[in-house]
Amino acid sequence: MGKISRRKFLAAGVAGAVAGSIGGARSAWAAPKLQGYPDGMGVLVDLTRCIGCRTCEAACNAEHNLPAPQEPFDDLSVLEKESHNGAKRRTDESAYTVVNRYEIPGSDTPVFRKMQCNHCNEPSCLTSCFVNAYTKTGEGAVIYDPEVCVGCRMCMVACPFYVPAYSYSSALNPLIVKCNFCYDNRLVHGQPPACVEACPQEAMVFGHREQLLAIGRERIRYQPDKYVDHIYGEKEVGGTAWMYLSGVPFEQVGFDTTLQKEPIISNVKGFLGMVPMVLAIWPALFTGFHMLAKKRERNAAADCQDDKKGESR
Amino acid sequence: MKRLVKNGTTPLDGPRPAPDKQPWTFKEKLLLGLSLRDYLSQAFRNPLNWVAAVILVVGLPVIVSRFIFGLGYVTHASNDYPWGLFLGFGLFCMVPLSASGFLLGTTVEVFGRHDYESIERLALLNGLLGYLFAVVYLLADLGQPWRLPYPMVVSWGPAAVLFLVGWHVATYLSVQMAEVSASFFEWVGWLAGKRFIRRIALGLTTAGIILSTLHQGALGALFTYAPGKVHPLWYSDEFQWVFFFCSSIPAGLCMVIVVSTIIKRTMGWRCDSNFLDNLDRLTIGLAKGASMGLVTYFTIKLIGLAHDNEWAYLATSWGGLYGMEMLMGVVVPIVLFAYSIRHNKVGLARFAALLTVLGIVLNRLNTALFTFNWNLYQELPHIGEIIIVVSIFTIYLLVYRFLLYRLPILYTWKEETVVEEAVVVIPSAEKPSETQSLGEVSA
Repeated sequence: MGKISRRKFLAAGVAGAVAGSIGGARSAWAAPKLQGYPDGMGVLVDLTRCIGCRTCEAACNAEHNLPAPQEPFDDLSVLEKESHNGAKRRTDESAYTVVNRYEIPGSDTPVFRKMQCNHCNEPSCLTSCFVNAYTKTGEGAVIYDPEVCVGCRMCMVACPFYVPAYSYSSALNPLIVKCNFCYDNRLVHGQPPACVEACPQEAMVFGHREQLLAIGRERIRYQPDKYVDHIYGEKEVGGTAWMYLSGVPFEQVGFDTTLQKEPIISNVKGFLGMVPMVLAIWPALFTGFHMLAKKRERNAAADCQDDKKGESR
Repeated sequence: MKRLVKNGTTPLDGPRPAPDKQPWTFKEKLLLGLSLRDYLSQAFRNPLNWVAAVILVVGLPVIVSRFIFGLGYVTHASNDYPWGLFLGFGLFCMVPLSASGFLLGTTVEVFGRHDYESIERLALLNGLLGYLFAVVYLLADLGQPWRLPYPMVVSWGPAAVLFLVGWHVATYLSVQMAEVSASFFEWVGWLAGKRFIRRIALGLTTAGIILSTLHQGALGALFTYAPGKVHPLWYSDEFQWVFFFCSSIPAGLCMVIVVSTIIKRTMGWRCDSNFLDNLDRLTIGLAKGASMGLVTYFTIKLIGLAHDNEWAYLATSWGGLYGMEMLMGVVVPIVLFAYSIRHNKVGLARFAALLTVLGIVLNRLNTALFTFNWNLYQELPHIGEIIIVVSIFTIYLLVYRFLLYRLPILYTWKEETVVEEAVVVIPSAEKPSETQSLGEVSA
């Protein structure tokens, strides 16, 4: 047994350790437990006040110097536009925010819904990004670093709200395009984003996320007939900075009401936790198998030799 | 080539036969020891080359246009379906089918089943090329492929599963390069290199098992970032990575059966008797391994259904697709394998292996593409994507064949037979010297 290659055992162990230090050991420890920043800002969108005027879309377009859209912002027919696959308009490489119109069964008045990045407390775009291109800032914004983005589009797969878009048309510098909460020019100075400021209906309130929750609950309490008793974004996927009040069930205006309450990363932690265990256990386990196999081989060879000796006698 | 061999040509498989002791030149080795004219005429006679040429004449300009005009030119540029066929097929299907390398490496090097040695090199090469071309597909898909090394050197996102996939695929690619390089060193005649690889083979193999377990699983874990988007029948919070890892085992083994079958049919001239005589027996052996993997996979898939209580979905049309995938790719192969192993029907086992491979491909496409956004809308891949996928696959096959023709994968390098035997016989004698030298080093 002393003959068993200590060297091979070590080699296997070292190879495993190297693989480990290179690979995933850090990944497993790094899933942070964020509860959102205490001073994080947010926006409360009240769908009962939105009239679908697209002023917010125009303000966003101007603020971020985005290309002019095919139909001008005063053309409200686009609110009903659907693509070839029956899907409503969504954010894309030239629009950080869009408003869509929803016909409500049994009601004459349509409901409008604005969508943009919801700036999650524990964003799955951030946790899924392998170059750490996303940052959740203390102010509550989820911002993106175009300098390191490789273009794998994992964040688009991971976003439960279908928000990040990709500038597919660019060959040399395609990037993720998404609302940044007007972080650079406004949010850092404590100012509300352009869309919020531009809204003629005051459909959106900008403030500390905690205060917005209080305002939302207040509105629901004062007018329980007007609102559905739910603040969308309070708990969805761990909570979002942008939250919604609605007078109709949320699923009727394009919200996914089946989303989990836990952050998306909680689904992944099981796997991430298993990584260092495999790294630590596999080398010994498989080197053990190897030693067993070798031992048997040698025994067989020895038996064989014994037999031959026996015959020669 | 078949015709040439029939007419008495011996393909280059070792040093120049005596009395001429002169070594082959590199060019002669590339041309398999044929004259340039003979080589070209056999290449032109092969109808497969013409098919490949037609595919590439169409496909190469499309590949070039993808890089000149951007992804939007050859795909739907969908923001709802960020991943199309490039990753759906190229990454998610090629990687499990390339598990062969670590599986046969484990069988031979770790479990000591040296009777599988004649097929080990083929499995290693299949693994290496599969991963290499998975990366090629990835390069076609990445928005900025020139930034591929960023997760290694520029910016780390270590909490991400994709970070692990990236690092592991890169590391494992190097490990496989090293493993396959043994045959390359024989071919170029640098024996010291080959001996070195043999010495670290166990370490390489163990590293391969670890890396494979983790990144095969990680490909599944990627989808746990998109819980609502993948249809529940193909999704599990807890077990997704186990499903992917477990199914990669029959996938890798069956891929070896399928590839070796094609080789036996189309390039028997390149195989030596050691490969051909053992193949049927080894195929049954691989089939045993694959059927154990499939039974396990089937069991844990059922556990997955029960755990998340997804039985009701089976009655929907998605359930029909699921049922078809499981029946065609898992249940039928299990039955066929059982019968073929019992009655030693190698042909049937080969057919079952093909079904398994197709079943795994269907499973990965279903997870990544067909059932993705199941409650949104379904989108068929753009024709440009299909052309590029087929073209890259054609290049993969051509590279595969190029290497099989030349490197001692399917045959034993003649020069080596003497030395090779010595190495194989010695292991027990070789060990003491190794421990001794280790002792010296530590002393």
